[in-house]
Amino acid sequence: MTATTTPTTDAHADGQGHGGGGHYTTLGLDNRKVAIWTFIGSECMLFASLISTYLIYKGKSPEGPYPSEPWTNPATGQTFPAILNIPVTSFSTFVLLMSSLAMVLALSAVQNKYVPKHSASDRILGSSKLWLWVTCILGITFLGCQAYEFTSFIHEGVSIRTNLFGSSFFTLTGFHGAHVTAGVIWLFTLLAIDYKRGLNPGDSTIVDICALYWHFVDVVWIAIFTLVYLIK
Amino acid sequence: MATLAAAPPYIETHTEPSTTGIWSWLTTVDHKRIGVLYLVSSLFFFVFGGLEAGLLRAQLATPNGRILSAEMYNQLFTMHGTTMIFLAVMPLSAAFFNLLIPLQIGARDVAFPRLNAFSYWVFLLGAIFITFPIFFQIAPDGGWFGYAPLSTKAYSPQINMDFWVLGLQILGISSLAAGFNFITTIINMRAPGMSLMRMPIFTWMSFVVQFLVALAFPVITVALVFLQFDRFFGTNFYTVAKGADPLLWQHLFWVFGHPEVYILILPAFGLVSEVLPTFSRKPLFGYPVMVYSGILIGFLGFGVWAHHMFSVGMGAIADAVFSLTTMLIAVPTGVKIFNWLATMWGGQIRFTVAMKFAIGLVAMFTIGGISGVMHSSPPADLQQTDTYFVVAHFHYVLVGGSMFGLFSGLYYYFPKFSGRMMSEKIGNWHFWLFLLGMNLTFFPMHFSGLLGMPRRIYQYDSGQGLELFNMLSSIGYVIQAIGVLFGAINFVISWRSGARASSNPWGAATLEWTIPSPPPDYNFAVVPTVKSRYPLWNMKGGDTLVHETTWEEEKNIRIPTSQELGIVMPNPSIWPLVTAAGIMCMFSGLLFLEMNTFVGIGIMLTGSVWWIGALYKWLMTPLEDHH
Repeated sequence: MTATTTPTTDAHADGQGHGGGGHYTTLGLDNRKVAIWTFIGSECMLFASLISTYLIYKGKSPEGPYPSEPWTNPATGQTFPAILNIPVTSFSTFVLLMSSLAMVLALSAVQNKYVPKHSASDRILGSSKLWLWVTCILGITFLGCQAYEFTSFIHEGVSIRTNLFGSSFFTLTGFHGAHVTAGVIWLFTLLAIDYKRGLNPGDSTIVDICALYWHFVDVVWIAIFTLVYLIK
Repeated sequence: MATLAAAPPYIETHTEPSTTGIWSWLTTVDHKRIGVLYLVSSLFFFVFGGLEAGLLRAQLATPNGRILSAEMYNQLFTMHGTTMIFLAVMPLSAAFFNLLIPLQIGARDVAFPRLNAFSYWVFLLGAIFITFPIFFQIAPDGGWFGYAPLSTKAYSPQINMDFWVLGLQILGISSLAAGFNFITTIINMRAPGMSLMRMPIFTWMSFVVQFLVALAFPVITVALVFLQFDRFFGTNFYTVAKGADPLLWQHLFWVFGHPEVYILILPAFGLVSEVLPTFSRKPLFGYPVMVYSGILIGFLGFGVWAHHMFSVGMGAIADAVFSLTTMLIAVPTGVKIFNWLATMWGGQIRFTVAMKFAIGLVAMFTIGGISGVMHSSPPADLQQTDTYFVVAHFHYVLVGGSMFGLFSGLYYYFPKFSGRMMSEKIGNWHFWLFLLGMNLTFFPMHFSGLLGMPRRIYQYDSGQGLELFNMLSSIGYVIQAIGVLFGAINFVISWRSGARASSNPWGAATLEWTIPSPPPDYNFAVVPTVKSRYPLWNMKGGDTLVHETTWEEEKNIRIPTSQELGIVMPNPSIWPLVTAAGIMCMFSGLLFLEMNTFVGIGIMLTGSVWWIGALYKWLMTPLEDHH
């Protein structure tokens, strides 16, 4: 055992020990980036449970309305159409996927802020504000489609209380919608920072973790769209 | 030999910046102080849950007991289980995660110090939320497993189960936040040279546990969301008349519930894997196998959930698969037992209280493990399920396993975080009474269980051969309680006036013993560079394996402050607590929904605005001053 008498700080000691940019870390990655991946792993289990429940309950409800076939209530004689509206949801799915593209461009714009811009297209591609706005607007459009979808379903006679399909469908897609909403709020926060002091390459981590979350929410939607809407 | 700087010099009068006063505790982001908060709260709830058990044992001591009504009995056994699992053992493990993980990996704090404070405050507020109804006799009464449909509004119409559903949801937030924090800490905050296969085994087991938390808690979150929606908004997830599957809850709950069992036991395994080598003066036998078996237990833990459900009739194939995976999981667990034995074999054993509790775990957990293997056979399980045999089994693994390990860790690490030694003399009373009482309580339950005594029934008739076993169990409870009382006295007395501890009073080998007891806020004056698994032991051979330090050698050495060393530490922050309180407010709104929709929604909206606002304030405040 060697006893040091005067402790000194070295390169590692300086700032080692708390999260945040610029500090020494084992992997060389920012702590927040490691954390968002663990969070996403955990979220996978959340959506896996919700999606499994939807699939387990598919076709189990003794009473309609049903997602993909019309139903006549034997007691009242009232007829309900098949509930799911594939064209509208295909459009909103496309919108959400495009928002991921915009998010990629926003991150790239922040990372390459100081790269010289030579043409109009360089300047358009290099505008973080523009692409954050596009991501936000596409996200809000998706939420608008969902709001339209939910209200029209309720008009067609299925709410979260109606039957197993209603409960599991609205809870699953509602949870996803809540995630998109949180993402939109997050994006607006980034926009606010961008307007206030400008996002520069040093901020790429905070844009990057938002982007990872946003892409995850998109990927989950692809699973939901396929399993809930496309499979009859 | 050693790879790193010894304890930085310090003197007795050393002061850390503002570590007294309530405000300093409410705003602390120091992992060691948060660990102490977890420790004190969880020990309080351990005693509280123990008193609940005392009432149950008083009721069952004689046939047709009349101390408790059936309703009160239901509330007490529900809250005993909920308290011990979520408010005692899990946070007691969290106390050790906080106290030890950064020290063991050579870090100055966790990855997200304020998130860590947030986890604690959410836990504490959630614990109060779920506990206080017992004083008004409106506590949850549907069992700690809250089986739906039993726990739905149709069968539990009162407010009782609302507290359980919301309380567990709140506690889940705490566990998940801590899980992300510690995974990140262990992956990304290790000192140079601290490769994964050099990490202390406690950190390894905690690492596995955090993955279990991160992957299992979302599942119960979903199960609870369904139950919450059924209870508050009239959805049909558990309404069998509407076509719901009465087993949905059981599957979701046990997909969480079985990994939860390993969330409860692996930290204790980690602690005894630190204690046994130190007091045997030998490195842990088969370190890599211990690591792999821990990972394997965690992995297989996700594939055995339906062995809790053999009696529901899942069919031969499902029964066979879950039976086999359950038997399989006994293999890595058995490996651990044998490795602990081999660690002690031929060592220079010192029978300190910590060592006795650790050996106690090896012995008692083995008994519980063997009865666990008995349950893995569906035909046997059909006889044992819902009887006291099962109660005996899981108390041997949770008291004889988790609690013995955690007590062992408490005696072992008490000097590190308090700067004082616990009394070995009182500790011996604690250990022997607890060991005796525990066996006297739970061993007879094997027999009352095999005689057919069902769980969760508040009275039994005389003349069925159950009187003696129940009386023994109740006497055993009293002995256990006296043992815990000795432990509590020891804790309080030693905290105030125990003998002063040096940096390494036990002659242990890992990084946390290189720094003063208690450690300064910055932990390591110089971040160590790690070159071996046992940095403080001379593993190359020679005369002295171990270098033990004494208080006499160290008492005149002065510890510099972080300012003097130029180390920038995170600033205290009240915002984690304010955010946690807002989340509580939001969840509480649901309770008022039924009385008055507008009041309920108003409270929820207030809570939402409150916590989101506090969160923004938190995120916009820099963690530390610029340097």
